[in-house]
Amino acid sequence: MTSGLIFGLTGIAVFAIGLFGALVMVEPLRRVLALKLCSVGAGFLLVVGAWREPPEAPDPVPHALVITGIVVMISATAVALALIRRLHMLERDTDD
Amino acid sequence: MVEPLLLFDALLGLAIVALAVAVLTVHDRFAMIVLFIVFGLMSALAWVRLSAPDVALAEAAIGTGLTGALLLTTLHHIRAAPAAPVPVPGGVVVANLGLCALIFGGLAFAFLLTPLQAPGLAPAVAQNMAASGVGHPVTAVLLNFRAYDTLMEVVVLLAAIVAVWMVERGTVQAPAPVLGEIYRGFSRLALPAIVVIGSYLLWVGAQAPGGAFQGGAVLAAVGLLLLLGRLYRPQPAHRPFARAGFVLGTAVFAGVALLVAGGGRLPFEYPAAHAKTLILLIEGMVTISIAVTLAALFHGREPEAVPVSEKSE
Repeated sequence: MTSGLIFGLTGIAVFAIGLFGALVMVEPLRRVLALKLCSVGAGFLLVVGAWREPPEAPDPVPHALVITGIVVMISATAVALALIRRLHMLERDTDD
Repeated sequence: MVEPLLLFDALLGLAIVALAVAVLTVHDRFAMIVLFIVFGLMSALAWVRLSAPDVALAEAAIGTGLTGALLLTTLHHIRAAPAAPVPVPGGVVVANLGLCALIFGGLAFAFLLTPLQAPGLAPAVAQNMAASGVGHPVTAVLLNFRAYDTLMEVVVLLAAIVAVWMVERGTVQAPAPVLGEIYRGFSRLALPAIVVIGSYLLWVGAQAPGGAFQGGAVLAAVGLLLLLGRLYRPQPAHRPFARAGFVLGTAVFAGVALLVAGGGRLPFEYPAAHAKTLILLIEGMVTISIAVTLAALFHGREPEAVPVSEKSE
């Protein structure tokens, strides 16, 4: 039993939970969060892949990939949220 | 004898999974976002345990802090109408639950069979550290060995702000919530400290965990506080400066890549004598771009005077 094993399984579980949410949730905001959970789950696996039993140093390449992924994810989230705000505005205008 | 830190890891892992479930099941949308922020911070803690402090910093600052701010401001805009619940058919839920359980099982099976702690690319990075111009492996990978990835990442951020401005062009929105008097006093005290911390993270990234993205995200928090406290009000006349800020990082990054190319060198093959200077120049400019872009993403709609003709549409 190692930290890598524990958090690897945690990441896979979080990914599966996020995927389920993205597939069945109705609210757009919650669906965006579900996809965000998926991305964190994937990040967990990359970080676990980079992990070495201390005192050995971890592999820096997957770390750089996850940092890139985090920035790409906030970009995608920001666009998705702008679309949600716009959609909400259009729906509100139709109701009036 | 169970090692106490492994017990901590196991409890932390369980808490993270429970928080992920809670994010999707809690009814109130405000509680959902708050739980998500807690989930993100717990994940960052787990990544510290996996000796990935750079990733943990980025996740805490960008993936959790700023994403949480974006979610909360969006919730403020769409709060007016409670979501009309259209029930999903039970069969669909059960089928998807089965599918996701299968995916979990398959991935977990593959993960348990995968040899962990393989050599990977760490030896290759360690061999070339001396030529990279910086002392911290993650920064060397981000800004030197795999600089193309990072350039594309900055371009994605630029594309995001372009898309957000396009999507919300010409719309009228409720103004963002204003912080009260106490928060204004707080932001006056906190702003200088945040500027120092953000700049320190940028500088220290050359030798230790930190760097352009973490520093940029912390500096973006300055923008958020200024916007929320109404200490800065975006005006249509400020748009050229904002646009210059968005493009600055990409332009300098690509410009340096092209300038060092030639004379038998490839783009991003920095001359060894100037590697650190060039990397710090790129990082500094990218940090400014990231801070401005993230704050603008939080503000959302581009500051514009809505023309009368579009109002009547």
